[in-house]
Amino acid sequence: MAVLKVTFTKTKRDKLAQVLWILNWVSVVTGMILLSIGFFLKVEIQRRQELMSNREVYSVPNMLIAVGHIACAINFLGGKICYDCVDTTKFLRWKLLMLPYIICTFFFTFCLLAGAFMCYAMRHELEESLSIGLQDAMRFYKDTDTPGRCFLKRTVDLLQIQFQCCGNDGFRDWFHIQWISNRYLDMSRGEVTDRLRSNVEGKYLSDEVPFSCCNPSSPRPCIQHQVTNNSAHYNYDYQVEELNLWPKGCRQALLEYYTHIMQSIGLTVLLIWLFELSVLTGVRYLQTSMENVLRQGDPDSKSDGWLLENSFAETARYNFNIIKNLGKCYQVDDDPNIDFQTPTQPGSDNVPPKPILFAT
Amino acid sequence: MVLLKMKFPFQKRVRLAQGLWLLSWMAVISGALTFSMGLFLKAELHRQAEVMDNTQIHAVPNTLMMIGLASLGINFFAGRICQDSLDASRFPRWKTFMLPYFILSLFFTILMLVAVIMSYAMKGNLEESLKIGLKNGIRFYKDTDTPGRCFQKETIDRLQMEFHCCGNNNYKDWFEVQWISNRYLDFTSKEVKDRIKSNVDGRYLVDGVPFSCCNPSSPRPCIQHQLTNNSAHYNYEHQTEELNLFSPGCREALVSYYMGLMNSIGAGVLSFLLLQVSVLVSLRYLQTSMEAVLGQENTEIETEGYLLEKGVKETIKEMMDNVLKFFHFNQVDASVGQEAEAGEKPATPAD
Repeated sequence: MAVLKVTFTKTKRDKLAQVLWILNWVSVVTGMILLSIGFFLKVEIQRRQELMSNREVYSVPNMLIAVGHIACAINFLGGKICYDCVDTTKFLRWKLLMLPYIICTFFFTFCLLAGAFMCYAMRHELEESLSIGLQDAMRFYKDTDTPGRCFLKRTVDLLQIQFQCCGNDGFRDWFHIQWISNRYLDMSRGEVTDRLRSNVEGKYLSDEVPFSCCNPSSPRPCIQHQVTNNSAHYNYDYQVEELNLWPKGCRQALLEYYTHIMQSIGLTVLLIWLFELSVLTGVRYLQTSMENVLRQGDPDSKSDGWLLENSFAETARYNFNIIKNLGKCYQVDDDPNIDFQTPTQPGSDNVPPKPILFAT
Repeated sequence: MVLLKMKFPFQKRVRLAQGLWLLSWMAVISGALTFSMGLFLKAELHRQAEVMDNTQIHAVPNTLMMIGLASLGINFFAGRICQDSLDASRFPRWKTFMLPYFILSLFFTILMLVAVIMSYAMKGNLEESLKIGLKNGIRFYKDTDTPGRCFQKETIDRLQMEFHCCGNNNYKDWFEVQWISNRYLDFTSKEVKDRIKSNVDGRYLVDGVPFSCCNPSSPRPCIQHQLTNNSAHYNYEHQTEELNLFSPGCREALVSYYMGLMNSIGAGVLSFLLLQVSVLVSLRYLQTSMEAVLGQENTEIETEGYLLEKGVKETIKEMMDNVLKFFHFNQVDASVGQEAEAGEKPATPAD
């Protein structure tokens, strides 16, 4: 009892083959889209690689690029096969290849699904990576004279300006690190030496933030020094003042940005997965109906197409038995100690039964 | 004496028609591109409209959009005409259409050239407009509580951060303007009172700039107050410090940005102009060579195509004569009527 059997007339088969040919080419295009999405994501992550601490975040774009390549190749082959399916003589060339092709494509669609889920699951990894990366970047903000770190100041400043954020979680993160280099601190001044002495590690900490934290929408000129000292500025209360500095932390801002990208990409990959699955179903129907036509002998007759010849349970059991027998086959023949009585009747063949891979 | 006469055997005519069809579709695409480039330029100019004093510079993108739309129509018709040209039965219906079509196309082609020249010529106009607009923007920077001017601060800040510029000509423009509002000045403080008294207009001027002038590429944290006072900051010399603030003035930065845009667009429009001229020339040759075929028994004979039937001077003279005749005709008629019947009402003016 076949699964989802459909009867195909000759014209219906031809139409199916033509439609599938076009759909396979569309799938090649979607494969290229997948490829370009993967590249885009890779470039976006690379642009901020100074702020990310580990390299594992590259696994998602790399997977998308690989899957895109495979999708293009598989659908190109599928297009060729479907183009040849209209003619029964040409179909014979592909007959043996089609079933392995369908199985490979079926497992490939699982890869696509895995890719889509990875997009959504990457958020946690990204959050950790950004948290540590941003912390390091802020710590090395002052080291503009150290090779390898000299661009971190510019990177962090441009990040805060572009993403409209300040610090890791908020502007107070800048109070806990020394972001003014010792080169620009006048050590002869009492105030500076007092501050250095009052700190355990000898760091110059103050309630100041870099200029890139300033919010242009503020009605008053930016207050970046003595931010928590109300008496230092006229008509200023830092607990009420909302527009002076950016309120968001950069980790949250970057995370929102990347999550938004990943969600759109994940959705696109899911849609592509659905499309690939439907094309695969069409190819399976085409394959089974073409094979039934060949079995019947008349190329113009009606034939049946199905997804599976028997029900799910029977097919699963059958394949499982084959896999079991594959193992048994080798065990019985190679052991010389077992007294294996072979029948010596004339005309009988001593060849053990060949394993049949999947009934078609 | 015919202008640029060429012989067209049947095959050559067919080739010409096919080539023209392809060219005309390419020209349609280029017309669409011109329109979209005009639209893009207009959007970019509109984005900074608050720091521009007048909108005269918008003439350039408006012209480009008009040209783009017109060339879409012109080249679409060129394609249709050349499709019909090889069919002797359909071609005659375009006959009366051709002369006004060519005059209109010529007009828009010249307008293309004018648009490109305008984009270079209006640089001075743009510069003036920006000079006044930026001056006002900097003057009203502090008026965040005055309706109508409350967004100037945000506009100028974002402008300086985006275009990496400071002030009108340079950062010293901020020293001449009070950019800190009186609302945030402590009038009980001696320092504030001294500064205000020392200024003739009673303005609070400082040698400081807003934070948006700060250059992120500077190795040291930004110095925005007491810029000319070397002793106020450790290890600081304001004459040698180059990276602290943005050095170009915003007028210069904006002018070079827009001129860069208009130069690239101008180069594109010039290439589209060449395409358009070749379409029109081919169409004219096709029209003249097909007109010689009309009425003939054998449509595959060799004919001659030309650009103008008479020379350039003669054609222009003929056109002027036609126009003058049109005017004179009315005048002569009226004066004849006046003479013939005495006491007639004065002739209506010719036109």
